[in-house]
Order: sequence, then C-alpha cells, then structure tokens
Amino acid sequence: MTDLTKLTIAEARDAMRKGDTTSTEITNACLSAIEGSGALGAFVHHTPEIAADQAKAADVRIQAGDAPAMCGIPLGIKDLFCTKGVPSQAASGILEGFKPEYESTVTTQLFDAGAVMLGKLNMDEFAMGSSNETSVYGNAVNPWRRGNEDTALTPGGSSGGSASAVAADLCLAATGTDTGGSIRQPAAFVGITGLKPTYGRVSRWGIVAFASSLDQAGPMTKDVRDSAIMLQAMCGHDPKDSTSADLAAPDFEAALTGDIKGKTIGIPKEYRMDGMPEEIEKLWADGTAMLKDAGAKIVDITLPHTKYALPAYYVIAPAEASSNLARYDGVRFGHRAKLAQGDGITEMYEKTRAEGFGPEVQRRVMIGTYVLSAGFYDAYYNRARRVRALIKRDFDQVFADGVDAILTPATPSAAFGLGENMDPIQMYLNDVFTVTVNLAGLPGISVPAGLDSQGLPLGLQLIGRPWEEAELLNTAYALEQAAGFVAKPTKWW
Amino acid sequence: MSIDTETARRVAKLARIKVEDDQLPALASEFSAILGFIEQLNEVDVDGVEPMTSVTPQRLKRRDDVVTDGDQQEAVLKNAPDSREGFFAVPKVVE
Repeated sequence: MTDLTKLTIAEARDAMRKGDTTSTEITNACLSAIEGSGALGAFVHHTPEIAADQAKAADVRIQAGDAPAMCGIPLGIKDLFCTKGVPSQAASGILEGFKPEYESTVTTQLFDAGAVMLGKLNMDEFAMGSSNETSVYGNAVNPWRRGNEDTALTPGGSSGGSASAVAADLCLAATGTDTGGSIRQPAAFVGITGLKPTYGRVSRWGIVAFASSLDQAGPMTKDVRDSAIMLQAMCGHDPKDSTSADLAAPDFEAALTGDIKGKTIGIPKEYRMDGMPEEIEKLWADGTAMLKDAGAKIVDITLPHTKYALPAYYVIAPAEASSNLARYDGVRFGHRAKLAQGDGITEMYEKTRAEGFGPEVQRRVMIGTYVLSAGFYDAYYNRARRVRALIKRDFDQVFADGVDAILTPATPSAAFGLGENMDPIQMYLNDVFTVTVNLAGLPGISVPAGLDSQGLPLGLQLIGRPWEEAELLNTAYALEQAAGFVAKPTKWW
Repeated sequence: MSIDTETARRVAKLARIKVEDDQLPALASEFSAILGFIEQLNEVDVDGVEPMTSVTPQRLKRRDDVVTDGDQQEAVLKNAPDSREGFFAVPKVVE
C-alpha cells in the first residue's frame, strides 16, 4: 500500500478485511499526516492514545472476521460532539476546559462500530459561521489554493476543520453538523462529499445545540459510497433524543446502483440568482446534462418562497440559539469570569458571557433575544415560522408532483480568501442554496463536480424527499460517476 | 427598523451579556442592518398559515415517567468552575 491516508472508507475496509493492511497502520499514517498539518488548523485537540487503543481493538475484531464496515476507520470528530474525557468546546472560549462525562450518541455508535478517533476538529464557534473564522482556536485553512497564489482560503464553515482534514487526507472521513449548510458548503469548498440527513435521522444527543429544530449531524467523506457507509453507522432511533425518528434505516450502500433511469430531477428557477458567477451556472447546466444522460427526466420546478429562506433562518436560528446558549452561565461548566469585589450573580452571568462568547455568537444571541422579546415575538418569530411552513410547502408540492430529487449549486461561489468577507449579511448569503433544506427538514448532499478557472473545487447539491437518503445517495452516486471529479489539492502545508 | 442605543442596551441586558457603553452604538447599527435584512419577511402573505412547530409530522415519543438515571453527583459537578460540599457554588444571591 502506498499512501494509506488517501484511502476511502470502502477501500480501507476491504484492504483490512483482506489482511493487506491494519487499522493500526492506517491510524499511524493519519497521525503522522496530522502532525505535519499545523498550518491547516484542522485538528485542535489530538487524541493519539485513544486512537492507538481503538485501532488495536479494531484489528482484533477484524481478525475475528465479524467487524462492521466502519471498524478500524480513523476519523476526525467535529468539536461540537461531546466526547467523554476529551475537550469538547464547540470552538468557544466559554467551554474552555470542558471535558464531558458522557459520549454523544453519534460518536458512541461510531466507536461501537469500531471507528477510531484521531482528534477533534476546528469549526466556527457554536457552528455559527460560514468560513471557520469565528473559532476560538483560530482559522482552519483550505488545502486548496487559487492557481499559484499563496492566499489562505477558507475551507467554509461551520464544519471547516472537518472539510480541511478530509480534503488534505489527514483522516479517512469526519463527522460534521449542518444547521444552515455547515456540512454541504464546506464540502463544496474543498472538493469532498457532505451529506445532511433528514431531520431526525441522526440523534442530536450529546451534540452541543445551536438551533435544535434545524441541527442535524452527517458524514463528510471522500466519496458518495463512504457517505452511505458512514451514515449507516451514525443514524438510528435514540430514546435520548425525542426528535429522533423511530424508523428503520435501509442499507444505504446497497442502494448505490448508479441506475437513475426514469427518475425525475427538478431544477428550481429561483436558485438562478442575480450575479451568480458564470462558472456556477455552467456547472449546474453540466450537472443537469449528466443526470439527463444517465436517464433521468429533467423538469423545471418552482419553489416560490426560496428568497425568504435566509431571512426566516436568521430569525429562527438565533431565536433557538439564544435559548440554547442560555445554559452557558458560568455555573455548571466551562469558563467563569473573575469577579470584582461586590459583584453579584448577574454580574457573573454578564461578564462570563461577554468574555466567553465571540462577537458573532454574541450578535446572534442578542438578535435571538430581540426577536423573542415581548412585543416582537409575533412580528418576527411567529412570522418567520409561518414563512418556514410555506418554504416546506413549496417542497411538499414539487415532491407530490413526482419530483424525486432537486439539483442546485451547493454554493454561490468557490472558496473565498480568509478575511475577505467581513460583513455579517454578506457572510450569511453563503448559505443561500443550502438553508432551505434545513428549514424543510430534508436530506441534502453536496457532491464535487468540477473546478473553476482558478483551479478551485465547485460542488452541486442534490435535495431528496424526507427519509429517502438511500435514493438521494444513489442519485448522487450517478452524478459522481458522470462528473468524474478526482482532483486533489497540491500539498503546501 | 432602526435600533437605538437604548434598545441595544436593553437587549444586551436581557441576554445577560455585558456590553460597554462605548460599544452600544456599533451594536445598534449591526442590529439595524440584520433586522433590515429580516424585514423582507413582511412581503410574504402568511394569512391562514400556522407557524411551524415541527418539521416532521410525527408525534414526539413518550416514555413512562420513571427515574432512569441519577446518583451521579461527582460527574455532574466535575466541570463546575466552583463547587462546594456537593453543590454548585455561586456569588451570594440573598442578602
């Protein structure tokens, strides 16, 4: 085996089962790659001892011959997941020093399946951001560069560390979470596959909450097959999350036939934005042609309330965040501000939260507080929830009309430079194509489909019917095969 | 809608985030910009539309109202910035 870190999950699984390599070998190769990757800012807490123990245990299981698909696969875990005894800070100063006494359901399931944790991955603070620039750890950096320039580019966000780590072959795959596009946008910016499952498919228990009605965890992987394999291990009903669905999961990998003959793919006209770069237009047209060539029927559809998705999101997500983040009060965990003589409990709350939260988190908590405050609740919060109902109705309508999946661009641009996009509202526009999917609770997947003229990856998004991740993954698989995206960033770090 | 400094101060207070007086005007102008963006929602006809409460139609699961967990005082207090005699410790709240 040449470079073990470049393996996909499926390749590693098959090689380990054949005895061509071991989890310990692949894990060690990843740990070495991570050691030399400081410039990417992807891994923020390293767990080599845990990795070595898990790899050893995985090798025993694989040798015994009954290991699940994820057994022995080295992963990076987004810092939003609580991992027992390992710092879990959501990239925030307010959770400095927090080491959970429990393990999230998703990581429990992955580790029970034999997966190996290499460490925790960088992200935007509390998953609030689209460029990984709000992290207390500093920026994560995209392994891709524009041509021969050395401008540092964003890997996207909020799952920026996950994206950077997978694209740079520091791990075989990573966990991500997606509240408005935080798996799909970074996946597109670094040329990997990212899947946001249907709301309720994956348990949220033990994942630091941002906006509970929108948050969903999912896999970030090197290809579509790996997303299918990893989703299988992550998903399932969890009594500890009352919104997790008690539905049987199909065999996602077995669904990957690549046959999409007779499927109907919708192209929503509202996603053709003013000022959209020509290269994105072309990518979208090319993707449409690829699905058509694969035997799908292409239809134009309309999702009339698309324009209102971002404004609705920027009411609902901050409102839920202001409520969820009320728990960071300096009493039970994390940071507490040093108090002055005579300070009471209110000063303790106010100083702790001012020191512990970064500017974007403070902004969103306060916006959320405002839209929920007496006199504004109806005008903002209830109106946004009504608009959300209309956005979902738009999707229900096209699915009722026989559309199987919807094809859109994943992002309105390629990765931008760190520090180039400082206006909050401009930053919010990054999620214009992805946020509708969270508001409607649907599954969405970002698939790398091409390079722009500067050599940066671009992604397409497929949106599926609720609970039909298997069909969605198969359509994504057909698109992946047709697009034939194999480019990798040139190593500079 | 334009947010004035007083409103910014009130919101910061409600959110229990200390904002220095000299930061309030900048905060107020950021709020105004974001609320201006949000106000596009006023264009939408929402008559007769119920606010969404759950994105999936399923009913939340219920379980028997019994104790399933507990007796973990040490674990619960492990991450506390200050704890004494089995309790979370905070500055004096009652005179």
